Amino acid sequence: MAQSMNLAEKIISRASGRSVVTPGEIVVAKVDLAMIHDSGGPRRVEPILKRLGAKLFDPERVVLISDHFVPGSDPASREILELTRIWARERQIAFYDGEGICHVVLPERGHLKPGKFVVGGDSHSPTGGAFGAYMFGVGATEMAGVLATGEIWIKVPETILIEWNGALQPGVLAKDIMLALCANLGMGGGRYQAVQYSGSTISALSMQERMTLSNMAAELGAQAGLIEPDETTADYLRSVGAECPDWRQWRRDADARPAEHHVFEAAILEPQVAAPHSPANSAAISETDRPDIDVAYIGACTGAKYADLQNAAELLKGQTLAPNVELLIAPSSKRDQERARAAGLMKIFEDAGAKILPNACGICAGYGTARLGEDVTCISSTARNFKGRMGAASSKVYLASPYTVAASAITGRITDPRDIMSGMERP
Amino acid sequence: MTSGKAFVLGNDIDTDMLAPGQYMAAPIEVLASHCLETIAPEFAENVQPGDIIFAGENFGIGSSREQAAQALRHLGIVAIVARSFGGIFYRNAINLGLAVFETTSDLTIKSGEPVSLDTERAMITFTDRQETLQLDPLPGFLFDIVKSGGLVAQLEKRFGVTRRDTQP
Ligand code: SF4
Repeated sequence: MAQSMNLAEKIISRASGRSVVTPGEIVVAKVDLAMIHDSGGPRRVEPILKRLGAKLFDPERVVLISDHFVPGSDPASREILELTRIWARERQIAFYDGEGICHVVLPERGHLKPGKFVVGGDSHSPTGGAFGAYMFGVGATEMAGVLATGEIWIKVPETILIEWNGALQPGVLAKDIMLALCANLGMGGGRYQAVQYSGSTISALSMQERMTLSNMAAELGAQAGLIEPDETTADYLRSVGAECPDWRQWRRDADARPAEHHVFEAAILEPQVAAPHSPANSAAISETDRPDIDVAYIGACTGAKYADLQNAAELLKGQTLAPNVELLIAPSSKRDQERARAAGLMKIFEDAGAKILPNACGICAGYGTARLGEDVTCISSTARNFKGRMGAASSKVYLASPYTVAASAITGRITDPRDIMSGMERP
Repeated sequence: MTSGKAFVLGNDIDTDMLAPGQYMAAPIEVLASHCLETIAPEFAENVQPGDIIFAGENFGIGSSREQAAQALRHLGIVAIVARSFGGIFYRNAINLGLAVFETTSDLTIKSGEPVSLDTERAMITFTDRQETLQLDPLPGFLFDIVKSGGLVAQLEKRFGVTRRDTQP
């Protein structure tokens, strides 16, 4: 009988042309898809490719997305974008320019499929795991190697199974699951192995909520954050016009052993807040400081997808912002923003007094013009609150779900979204 | 064999500290001059070729930007010894020819003390104290990349490119 394997092992054994792989061994695998963006992409890989005299291993398997330096608010950024555009034309690859953040645009254009072995030139590449693809991030030199050869070495990871069972309380989202996990397991808890999320809580989540989980596998220090594909995955792929062949084979064998197995109960999870300067500084909102805030930010691949906008709008409907609070919203993709506009969500944000920013990374990683100033306190739906990441080193960033960010924008201090939902807390 | 001095840093040194976002569009010399400025403002100025970083857990956690490793290499760092590394940083460091060693031993090292490194034997000597630290050598596959001077140098061989003297 064939050796039982976890999902990560199944995908890697297929990609490396072996019948079986075992955690710990180093294998060379063939890459099904390589995704790059304007920051780590052309400007950094082209000098290496040129030096090697190398062609792309397969232009059909390379996708380029501009997001970090969009909209090009200074000369250096504009130059990088220009170079990105020229390269896309010359190398004849799929290019999404200013369409949104790479991790959201890649699946919404149907590029991610269950069972695929994918590398991305960005640390939040584990997002692809939500679709049952083994996707992980690499730096530019390694990406240049992939683009030239179509191959990459990988140490077959152990599997860390993270199981959540039961229904989430109203007011609690996938982001809260992740912040709780960061506090529980720590930023090194993923040990650069493969996390796999399972259990009834996860199966009940929408595709975009699952993406939040896989996205923040990066904050657990995992290489990948896998979720087994199911009907929800297949429905999503159909909705974006992509085919979804044969997804049922991409699951862990029932008798495969994970290296670790953590089990959590969804019903007792409260909204979480991560205090500066680490996602691992998370705690239930009832147990945290709730300082006044200056800025509320709904943005990034982690926290401004359509589902995130929908959640924020649910709280902001008919409300106005607290005085002296700025609410900045940078929808993750153009398509999600258009959908939000059609559903009346953008109107809710505008009526509340929010400022809408471009569909790009923006201040999530300190790019663009809206960077946080000295001593600013911000609550953010992004994934990272490292010191100085979003602006001045003296700024303080609290991480929370889109619900909690919206609730806090209404009251002007960090606020439990359930208090707004129940009408208990009034601005 | 390389010689330099030790730099001692704490836990969770992230890629935003190593390569701050606001200088990401700038050339590597500029970016490197801001390396670690939020936590150790004197670092970039004091570091010299041959120096080694000793750090705690999760060194290089955060983004995939390899400028984090590149900035250190640009400043002359030859190796990093830490309790654990961010996974992407670890790969990037190897690919750029920077030796990285994980160790669980408790180290008492003074910033500034002279150190020398034998990468192949994974041995560090603290020259003032005449003490040595034996680390686990890199797996062969990875040592070959570091020894070649990084992934690009290795690929040059594969693509039949004649090696130039300078790094990209
Ligand atoms: S939005 Fe933030 S986390 Fe996402 S890819 Fe951009 S910089 Fe990275």
